[in-house]
Amino acid sequence: MSVLTTNYLTPSGREEAWRFTPLKRLHGLHDGVAVISDRVSLSVKNALPKGASFIREDLSPLAQSDDVIIERIRGASKSVSHLSIAANSEIAEPIFLSRSKGAVDTAEFSRVRISLGANARATVIVENTTDTVLAEDLEISLAAGSDLKFVTIQEFESKSVYTARHHAVIDKDATFKSVTVTVGGDVVRILPTVEFIAPGASANLLGVYFATAGQFFEHRIHVDHAVPHAKSNVNYKGALAGQDAHTVWIGDVLIRAAAEGTDTYELNRNLLLSDGARADSVPNLEIETGEIIGAGHASTTGRFDDEQLFYLMSRGISVSDARRLVVRGFFNEIVLEIGDQVVQDRIMDRIDSELEKAASNV
Amino acid sequence: MSTLEIRGLEVTVDTDNGVVEILKGVDLTIKSGETHAIMGPNGSGKSTLAYSIAGHPKYTITRGSVTLDGEDVLEMSVDERAKAGLFLAMQYPVEVPGVSVSNFLRTAATALRGEAPKLRTWVTEVKSAMEALNMDPAFATRNVNEGFSGGEKKRHEIMQLELLKPKMAILDETDSGLDVDALRIVSEGVNRAKEANNLGVILITHYTRILRYIKPDFVHVFANGRIVEQGGPELAEKLEANGYADYVSK
Repeated sequence: MSVLTTNYLTPSGREEAWRFTPLKRLHGLHDGVAVISDRVSLSVKNALPKGASFIREDLSPLAQSDDVIIERIRGASKSVSHLSIAANSEIAEPIFLSRSKGAVDTAEFSRVRISLGANARATVIVENTTDTVLAEDLEISLAAGSDLKFVTIQEFESKSVYTARHHAVIDKDATFKSVTVTVGGDVVRILPTVEFIAPGASANLLGVYFATAGQFFEHRIHVDHAVPHAKSNVNYKGALAGQDAHTVWIGDVLIRAAAEGTDTYELNRNLLLSDGARADSVPNLEIETGEIIGAGHASTTGRFDDEQLFYLMSRGISVSDARRLVVRGFFNEIVLEIGDQVVQDRIMDRIDSELEKAASNV
Repeated sequence: MSTLEIRGLEVTVDTDNGVVEILKGVDLTIKSGETHAIMGPNGSGKSTLAYSIAGHPKYTITRGSVTLDGEDVLEMSVDERAKAGLFLAMQYPVEVPGVSVSNFLRTAATALRGEAPKLRTWVTEVKSAMEALNMDPAFATRNVNEGFSGGEKKRHEIMQLELLKPKMAILDETDSGLDVDALRIVSEGVNRAKEANNLGVILITHYTRILRYIKPDFVHVFANGRIVEQGGPELAEKLEANGYADYVSK
C-alpha cells in the first residue's frame, strides 16, 4: 500500500500531523462530511501586467501530498486557477489575488497554481478575506533563475475555516520568499512547504500570526533539502492574547543525504500577552549528511519584557502605548518584508486592534 | 522652582535568597538648578535609589516618601512620574527591537507634551539635538538601543534629556564606558539641559572624572544603603585622594 493510500484515511487526531488541530471545528473538511459548493472565490484584483496571465485550466498536481484534505481536494477537482508569469518577465508591481464573498454553510475546494518561467520575477499577494470554509491546494512552481515573493494574508472573518498547503517546488538558482500573515479566522491551518529540485536555490519563509480568544492558527512548515547547495531560512513570529488562543508552529527541515552544502536556519518566537493562551512550537531538524554549511533552529516563547515596558514608560509613554510599540516592534521586522506600504499599514493596524481587543477582555 | 524630596526611603528587592534590604533610610532634597553628585562604591545602592525614584517594578518601597513639589511620586505609575517631570538616564538603556528612535522619541514627546509635536518643528528639534551630541542622522532610523555602542546609548539618553525637558534628572553612571571625548560631549548636553530648563540633577557616579565637566553643588557619599557624608565639591577631591575605604569599613 502506498504512503498516499494509507494517509488518505480520515484522521482521528492521534496522528502526528493532526495532534494539535481541533478536528471538530473543521466543518468536515477532513472527513468528507463537508458539503462542497462549486464556488471559485479567487480572482485577480487589478488588470494584469504584461507577461502575466490568470486562467482556469485542468492541471495535474506538481507534487505529491500526504495531507488528507489536499487529497480530497484533488479527488474532487481537476480544474486549477493558474497565475502564470512568462519566462524573463520582470514585474515590479505586486499582483494581487483576492477573494469573493464566501459562505460557511458549504465549503470550497480550491486549487491554485502560481508558476514563474525561467528568470521571471514577480510579487504575488493573496488576500484571504470574507467568512468562508475553504480548503486549498496551492502550488508554486519556480523555474530556473526565477524569483518570487509570495505574500499570503489570512484576514478572514471570525467564523472562517481555512486549511491549505502552500507548496513551492524550486528549480536551479531560483529564489523564493514567502510572507505568511495570519490574523483572522476561527481555524487556520497552513502547510507552507518547500522542495528543492536543483542546486543553488533559496527559500526564505517568513510569517507572523496573532491569535486572540478562541482562535486556532497552525503553521506546519516543511523544507525538503533533497539536492546540494540550497539555502533555507525560516522565521515566524506569533503573538497570542485571550482565553484559549492557540497557535501551533511546526518547523520540519529535512536535509537528505544528497543535500551537501545545505545552509538552513529556522526560528520561531512567540509572545504570550495574556494568561489562558497556548503556543506550541516544535522545530525539527533531520540531518542525513554532515557535509553542510550550517543547520540550526531556535524557538522562544515569552511574555512582555518588563525592562522594555519600563524603559518606554519612564519616558512618559502609557502602558498601553508601550505595549503597542513593543508588539509592533516585534512584528515589524517581518511585516516590512512584504514591501507594500498599504498592505503593511493595514496589517499593523489590524495587529493594533487585535491587541486592543485583547486588552479590553483582560 | 521645583523640589524633589526624598525622606527616610527604605527599599527592598526580592532575590533567589529572599528579600534583601538595599536602601536603609535615604534623605535627600534637590531643588531646581542644583546638581547633587552621589558617589559611592559598587553595591552601595546608588542605582537602586535611581530606579526606585523612577518606579521600576523590581523594587519594593517599605518605608519613607518621595515627593515632587509636594506630590506623592511613589503613588504614581512609571509614566506618570515622567509626566510629573522626572527623568532617569539609565546606566544600561534597554533595547527595544523594531521600534525606531524617531518613532520612540515622537511617541514620548507626544505623551509628555499632551499633543503630537508639529512635524516640521519636531524634525528640526530632533536634528539639532542629535547634531549637538555629534550623532549621525542615520541614528534616528535605527531601533532603540539595538546594536548601539556603549557611548551611543549614553548619547541617546542625554538626547532624550534635552528633548523631553524634565524638571529633575537622575543620571545613573552616565559617565561609565565613555572615552574622554564622549564624556565631554555628553556632559555638555547635561549642562545645556541644566541651563535651558533650570534642571535639577542627581548625578550618580563612581568617579570624580565627570565632575570636571558637570560641576556639582553638593556631593553625597553613599555607602551601605544610605548617605554617610555630605559636603561641597571639595568632598569629591577628598574621595579622589582617599577612595571609599573609610566609608565602607564603617
